[in-house]
Amino acid sequence: MAGLELLSDQGYRLDGRKATELRKVQARMGVFAQADGSAYLEQGNTKALAVVYGPHEIRGARSRALHDRAIINCQYSMATFSTAERKRRPHGDRKSTEMSLHLKQTFEAAVLTQLYPRSQIDIYVKILQSDGGNYSVCVNAATLAVIDAGIPMRDYVCACTVGFVDETSLADLCYAEESGGVSSLALSLLPRGGQIALVQMDARLHQDHLDTLIEAAMTACKGVSKVLDQVVRQHLQEGSTLRE
Amino acid sequence: MLKSKTFVKKTRAGGVMKIVREHYLRDDIWCGSEACRECKQESTVLQAEACIESNLCPYPHYVVPDTNVVLHQIDVLEDPVIRNVIILQTVLQEVRHRSAPVYKRLKDMIQAKEKLVYTFTNEHHRETYIEREQGESANDRNDRAIRVAVKWYSQHLKADGLKVVLLTDDQGNKEKAEESIDEYVKNLTANPELVDRLALSKDDKAEIISSKVLFPEHLPLSKIQSGIKSGTFLQGTFKASRDNYLEATVFVQGEGEESTEVLIQGLQNLNRAVHQDVVAVQLLPRNQWVLPSSVVLQDDGAAKDDDVDGDEEEKAVISAAEAAGKPTGKIVGIIKRNWRPFCGMLNVSQIKESTRHLFTPADRRIPRIRIETRQASTLVGQRIMVAIDGWPKNSRYPNGHFVRSLGSAGEKGTEEAVLLLEHDVPHQAFSQNVLSFLPKMPWGITPEDMIKRQDLRHLTVCSVDPPGCTDIDDALHCRELENGNLEVGVHIADVSHFIRPGNALDKEAANRGTTVYLCGKRIDMVPELLSSNLCSLRSNVERLAFSCIWEMNHNAEILKTQFTKSVINSKASLTYAEAQMRIDDTNKKDDITESLRGLNKLAKILKRKRIENGALTLSSLEVRFHIDSETHDPIDLQTKELMETNSMVEEFMLLANISVAQKIYDEFPDCALLRKHPAPPPSNYDILLKAAKSKNVEIHTDSAKALADSLDVAKVDGFSYFNTLLRILATRCMMQAVYFCSGMDSDFHHYGLASPIYTHFTSPIRRYADIIVHRLLAVAIGADITYPDLMDKHKQSALCNNLNYRHKMSQYAQRASVAFHTQLFFKSRGILNEEGFVLFVRKNAIIVLIPKFGLEGTVFFDSKDKAGPSLVFDEEIPGVSVAAPDVEPQAKKPKVDR
Repeated sequence: MAGLELLSDQGYRLDGRKATELRKVQARMGVFAQADGSAYLEQGNTKALAVVYGPHEIRGARSRALHDRAIINCQYSMATFSTAERKRRPHGDRKSTEMSLHLKQTFEAAVLTQLYPRSQIDIYVKILQSDGGNYSVCVNAATLAVIDAGIPMRDYVCACTVGFVDETSLADLCYAEESGGVSSLALSLLPRGGQIALVQMDARLHQDHLDTLIEAAMTACKGVSKVLDQVVRQHLQEGSTLRE
Repeated sequence: MLKSKTFVKKTRAGGVMKIVREHYLRDDIWCGSEACRECKQESTVLQAEACIESNLCPYPHYVVPDTNVVLHQIDVLEDPVIRNVIILQTVLQEVRHRSAPVYKRLKDMIQAKEKLVYTFTNEHHRETYIEREQGESANDRNDRAIRVAVKWYSQHLKADGLKVVLLTDDQGNKEKAEESIDEYVKNLTANPELVDRLALSKDDKAEIISSKVLFPEHLPLSKIQSGIKSGTFLQGTFKASRDNYLEATVFVQGEGEESTEVLIQGLQNLNRAVHQDVVAVQLLPRNQWVLPSSVVLQDDGAAKDDDVDGDEEEKAVISAAEAAGKPTGKIVGIIKRNWRPFCGMLNVSQIKESTRHLFTPADRRIPRIRIETRQASTLVGQRIMVAIDGWPKNSRYPNGHFVRSLGSAGEKGTEEAVLLLEHDVPHQAFSQNVLSFLPKMPWGITPEDMIKRQDLRHLTVCSVDPPGCTDIDDALHCRELENGNLEVGVHIADVSHFIRPGNALDKEAANRGTTVYLCGKRIDMVPELLSSNLCSLRSNVERLAFSCIWEMNHNAEILKTQFTKSVINSKASLTYAEAQMRIDDTNKKDDITESLRGLNKLAKILKRKRIENGALTLSSLEVRFHIDSETHDPIDLQTKELMETNSMVEEFMLLANISVAQKIYDEFPDCALLRKHPAPPPSNYDILLKAAKSKNVEIHTDSAKALADSLDVAKVDGFSYFNTLLRILATRCMMQAVYFCSGMDSDFHHYGLASPIYTHFTSPIRRYADIIVHRLLAVAIGADITYPDLMDKHKQSALCNNLNYRHKMSQYAQRASVAFHTQLFFKSRGILNEEGFVLFVRKNAIIVLIPKFGLEGTVFFDSKDKAGPSLVFDEEIPGVSVAAPDVEPQAKKPKVDR
């Protein structure tokens, strides 16, 4: 029998969402006292922990320092227990190196690095449970962590994956959908200005559909940004009531 | 909107994995009823006044079938009487999982507006979702989910005075005081004939079963699988013999190319396998191996019942079993049944009051089926359709149920329906869903259409087709350019503009594969609006086309080739004869005629070149019936005449096909859809060589060129038809031409046309392959967009297999239709005297061809009551020396051996 039916005739997806609906997003900021900033974010069953150190002096080779701005150092990793199949995930494998690079590019576009010349900002992200959309969950978690660290940014960076099935764009894919033969695209957005920080896609899609897909991704990112904004505001409120 | 979430855990076979998936439950899934005031739905499907007249449920109600009812009783559910049905998502998913054909029928049913079927997404509804309990099997859980959903519905609709009826055959569900489909249907007052369509349920089967066990038990699937793995069993397709109902072969696909055949003999060893089933076979010890028997045996035991005929059958088997021969085996289990509804006739039981009757399928390879019906007296003499429900081990015949009647036997409409069904030609009217993708009328060319098209409306384009053709898919033009060269254009209907990839219309066309032409009837591949109107390149209307334009010199050498989407306005649609007349009439000097003359001149050169390259001109007899316009009975028939203009059109079509094939292959070496014609193995030519030898003519078969040349010189004085006969024989030596995907094969050669590459581009209205080729070419020239399936060589290869199958079946159906019309024709003619030729000689018969009728038949020497003349049969020089001098088959109307 044919594979999974990703979008039913009634318009419901495998997990009961409609095409444009996001998974449930829950987040907490400041989960570690030791780090300069930290956040934990769940998007459905994908869960990530992000920790930020810095800005601080350049560690290691001094020659890496840039005279006009800070460098951003990102490290992405996945927990051994994060997927159904348990396997060791060494640091620096190809996939996570690529992901680290993407995160670095995303945050270089968002963080006001020129305020901290000759310094370094470290962002560590770990996936605790993986159920699709790892990149976007990392970006969303890291955004909260950077805000928690008090590092100035142009805007929130929000990310979302979208897929294309039966002439319809599906927002925020879960693992079953990602592996079910959907052409998926990951996009991170600075929502207020509508600037795109990063678009990544390695599936096949006709160029005529690309615009609709990006449009859908931007709408989804704006949805995410509203949730993140609420989380930040609530965190601030809690912080201020404590101090009073 | 997202209410809560729970986790569904799943394990997969082989390495246990825990898979966690989210499952959102919603409170915005509506009930779909018109009467409901609670739900905030925008559109409703189910009526407030839902009335099916029934004794059992006299109140207005909706019907909810459970999975098994849908799977087994889809014939009943499809009846227009049954409306206001709720299909639960659980049921839909289970059906999808268990049977693809039923799923498709169910989907069509949901799509049909007048059936009023609503799909309720109960698995995501907050109140109807249930979790699997400890120790509960998946099936039980689904059954419970169905019950919960029904309960919710009945409470939900209570206020509106509506009830919900669950149709089930399951014991557990029944206890919950729902209705079984048997009772429900039996109590439908309006439609007594529906009862017969019920498939037998389990309790009914128990009644029929006699005590004696006739067949060995089938092994369970797990045992079969381990047996196949260890090599004790073989897996293959069961093919029953046409001539002997106690014999069959199983084709076992071996490693790579080789495949073996296993012979099965005797009722016990056949063990209830039915033609086309996938079975597991166990080989018998070598000393029990036998040769296929040469006896013709038909199962015609109308008088004998289940278990009396054992002796006779044993004898028939043993007589053949003397010489040790082919691998022989027995069926130990069925891996997959390939039952479909069968067409045939009812043999009424001799006991008058009996409701059980035997049914004889039209296909001799299918066993007779026992069905239960109360309308035997009306069904006698009708062609009916019957589906098999099961074959218990203590029943001589499989049990089945009546599906529908096709009409009286011997009537044209009925027989046509039978031959379409038997050849698996999809011929139902197009569903609403398919029709919804047609362009809206009135249709016109919009400026957007023109963006990527060339305007060729000014050209003198005309089409040449057989008389009465309404699906014109090609048109031609030819004009002289200023530089003295000729511009020749082939314009093909732009069907791919209307049929967009992936929609229901496209899927339906891909499934149908080809238009089937029967005598006096056409089964369209695409709806008529497209085939006879919007795509048909009729004269004096603007039509979209895909054009292939060459610049040629006067020696028909191609200087430049251009492909473009275009708009044309055909100036004339001619028949072959009309076109021929225009060319021959030297007084005519108009543009169309000049264009035709130019084309004709080039075509002759092209043909000469092609034949020099070794293309074969083969012959097969094609007959046309003149059909009476009132009664649609054939009144006369003639063999197809070939005119110069036929070959003129053909040449340019070939040229276009070859040019396009080259272009798409250059552009997409991995996924071009091409057509090849493999060279036949030398042994195929035996019949041709022998036939030629009998007249002392030598035929060379080393290459296509040698064959073509030797066929040209093969002439016998005073026997002018000999050459045609040889060509007919040569045609039968050939292999089938097939579609294939260029990424999956390395041999592209087209033997018959002597072309290194070939495809089909010129008839997109009637062949789906051409639509794919159009899409590929459109992408290649940047006129259209691609889609993933087009570039996937495996998907395309699967598509090719379907197309090849459909083409083969449509050819068989066409032949069967011609044969039927020939019979109709002779029914009123009585005995005629015509000239005939002996094609082959067999031991006890000769095969005779009558060219005037294109009719081939077997003439037996000995008939039932009198012995034949004494004959000496010589295998080497096929011929029969006959003692009596006056055996001349010419004057005899041959029995058509079908």
